[in-house]
Amino acid sequence: MIRPLLIKGGRIISPIQGVDETNDLIISDGKILELSNGQAGLSSSDYDVLNAEGLIVCPGFIDFHCHLREPGFEEKETISSGNQAAARGGFTTICCMPNTSPPLDNRAAIDYIKKVAATEGVIRTLPIGCISRGREGKELAEMGELVQAGAIAFSDDGQPLRNSRLMRQAMEYSLAFSLPIIDHCEDTTLSEDGLMNEGIIATRLGLCGIPAAAEESIVARDLALAHLTGAQLHIAHITTEGSVELIRRAKEKGVRVTTEVTPHHLTLTEEKVIGYDTNAKVNPPLRTRRDIIALVQGLKEGVIDIIATDHAPHTENDKLSEFATAPFGISGLETALGSLMSLVHAGELTLAILIAKLTSEPAKIIGNKYGKLGTLGVDTSAEVTIFDPNKEWIVDTSDFASKGKNTPLNGKKLKGKVMATIYQGKLVYKDSSITLKGEQRKA
Amino acid sequence: MGGVRQKDKLAREVKSGMLETTPIWCRHHILDLDDFTPAEIELVLETTDAMKEVLSRSIKKVPTLRGKTVITLFNESSTRTRSSFELAAKNLSADVINLSAQASSAVKGESLVDTLRTFEALGADIVVMRHSHSGAPYIAARHMQANMINAGDGWHAHPTQALLDLYTIREHKISIKGLKVTIIGDIKHSRVARSNIWGLTAMGAEVSVCCPFTLLPAGLDIVGHHFPRVHIEPEIELALRGADVVMTLRLQHERQQSGLLPSIREYVKLYQLTEARLAQAKADAIVLHPGPVNEDIEISLAVAQGPKSVINEQITNGVAVRMALLYLLAGGNRR
Repeated sequence: MIRPLLIKGGRIISPIQGVDETNDLIISDGKILELSNGQAGLSSSDYDVLNAEGLIVCPGFIDFHCHLREPGFEEKETISSGNQAAARGGFTTICCMPNTSPPLDNRAAIDYIKKVAATEGVIRTLPIGCISRGREGKELAEMGELVQAGAIAFSDDGQPLRNSRLMRQAMEYSLAFSLPIIDHCEDTTLSEDGLMNEGIIATRLGLCGIPAAAEESIVARDLALAHLTGAQLHIAHITTEGSVELIRRAKEKGVRVTTEVTPHHLTLTEEKVIGYDTNAKVNPPLRTRRDIIALVQGLKEGVIDIIATDHAPHTENDKLSEFATAPFGISGLETALGSLMSLVHAGELTLAILIAKLTSEPAKIIGNKYGKLGTLGVDTSAEVTIFDPNKEWIVDTSDFASKGKNTPLNGKKLKGKVMATIYQGKLVYKDSSITLKGEQRKA
Repeated sequence: MGGVRQKDKLAREVKSGMLETTPIWCRHHILDLDDFTPAEIELVLETTDAMKEVLSRSIKKVPTLRGKTVITLFNESSTRTRSSFELAAKNLSADVINLSAQASSAVKGESLVDTLRTFEALGADIVVMRHSHSGAPYIAARHMQANMINAGDGWHAHPTQALLDLYTIREHKISIKGLKVTIIGDIKHSRVARSNIWGLTAMGAEVSVCCPFTLLPAGLDIVGHHFPRVHIEPEIELALRGADVVMTLRLQHERQQSGLLPSIREYVKLYQLTEARLAQAKADAIVLHPGPVNEDIEISLAVAQGPKSVINEQITNGVAVRMALLYLLAGGNRR
């Protein structure tokens, strides 16, 4: 049995509980035992002690959008390596997209994810099922059976549903399950051949641009369909000022919509592509400073509900090619917190909002089917992330647990680092500088 | 024999003089003109003068690059650029290997970086690359020691074309500074236009672009530090008014097929450079075209072959400019 763990003296922030205080946190039997002010009635020999002074202690992060590549593309990532990467990034729950090979459009495929995750994973992996069979956008996948198997949402991610009627039908059909339809909003007739944000930098580099309107036109369509059907819509990775505005208005009208933004779209601009760095090639593309300002504002106002990584690992060889032929995607699980903390250090976001967007807010979208997520409430599963908001570190992709080393942040200095991740009471990741005390009594 | 030796000596003098008096050349690759200083461009143009002198001799060959291997890798069809580079390298006594995409390993799934590493293992000193994808020479250059010359990449850059255009303009106009240059045609898909905009503005020219808005790349109207300032004038008569230099670009027929133009016929009607329109330009204006010309499409035959056209001079100057660049790169190698 795992010894109880006392997380001592950290700043505990749990937005859903309204907690922001320096306190101890005690974990026992895989559950949160109590938040106590050093008054626990046990002597230190009874538990391991993790000194969290100067550190933030919060609910485990939840990533509503990542790619684990298994089955089919195990050279890029596996459920196992993706879980390790997530744990290093402070995530205790990740939701994986169905664009695998074969895609997660049937019960057997969902079962496979769950089985591998249960044996090889270290955190919770929740699969997202396809909207359409084979992600082909032609006919609906057996969504009901996907729900029975454990799918937590539906998406043809990476492949927008071009057929508006099918999207309407998917939304209507999903009403029976109260699970969200996630769309990757992109009018592919507008983005065709596009490689980066359309604008003067694409012009300079001679690269075909992807206009903001390619995203916004489908966001507008989906919002209209969600309004029509009453379905729960989740719009993946928005990147433009216009999308924020469209969703703001839809929410004001009462449309059931949630949305997400990625750490890279919040912190990097299209300028990262200068020099043809294929690691900055991502879809939707990195946009402009003006878009970032609107996205941050959207987060603060609640127009944007959550932050999700869209972790999209690729091999080094995949990215070692011409810009036009390299695949889209950034490996993001392990740099998410460090990137996002730049917004906190710059005074643009509060820690409480940032943590809510990574914990309690995605938990709301997932619901209570897997227990209460995104909280440090007493008696809930002990899923805790401990991070140092001020620790500076240099991103070194050779240290990544992820097989995907594809990030434009390699070699960059970030301020803010995950120090320990606890899943169901078990320490699944700790920084080398963290030591547990209290074990000397074992003998 | 004596004549040849004398010429070799002359070339050596040219070379040693250059290296001693021009420490500004420290480039290992020629990828684009976007970071060239006016002094560097001037150096290329002056070196081209010396090379043009070599070309005027009865024996157009100097031993500057003897023992050096130049590989040209073209994955897009090209007649003039490729033969221009080949002649330039041979005039400097380099050994030249020409590879096309079909002959190279690209079709076998070998990556670009692998192909270039193979070239290096084979002993390539200078690689001249034409590639259909923008930025390919940058990615290649990051992974090799040999010198890289970009012979045109996608829509992005064609620095040697821009330099030969600058050289040709300079032969006719005393200085490039203050000239009004009008570029007409498919700016959006044109690497020639982009490199010329960088080079011309660096040398102090004022550039106007004229094209239908579907062929205008995004963001040109926004003044910023990522791209030089150009004037946008969609009406051809206005764009030509007072021009010292007029540059027309080749129109690809596929632009009509992809819906960017209603018809070639209408393009001809609205944007063809005709004698009547050219009358708007200055009396001593010159007309350039990077070739190959679609006669009577972007430019009327009468203008292309008329007294203001310097299209054939561009071709001749192309060899001299490329000799100058090969020479400067090889000299840079020796330190």
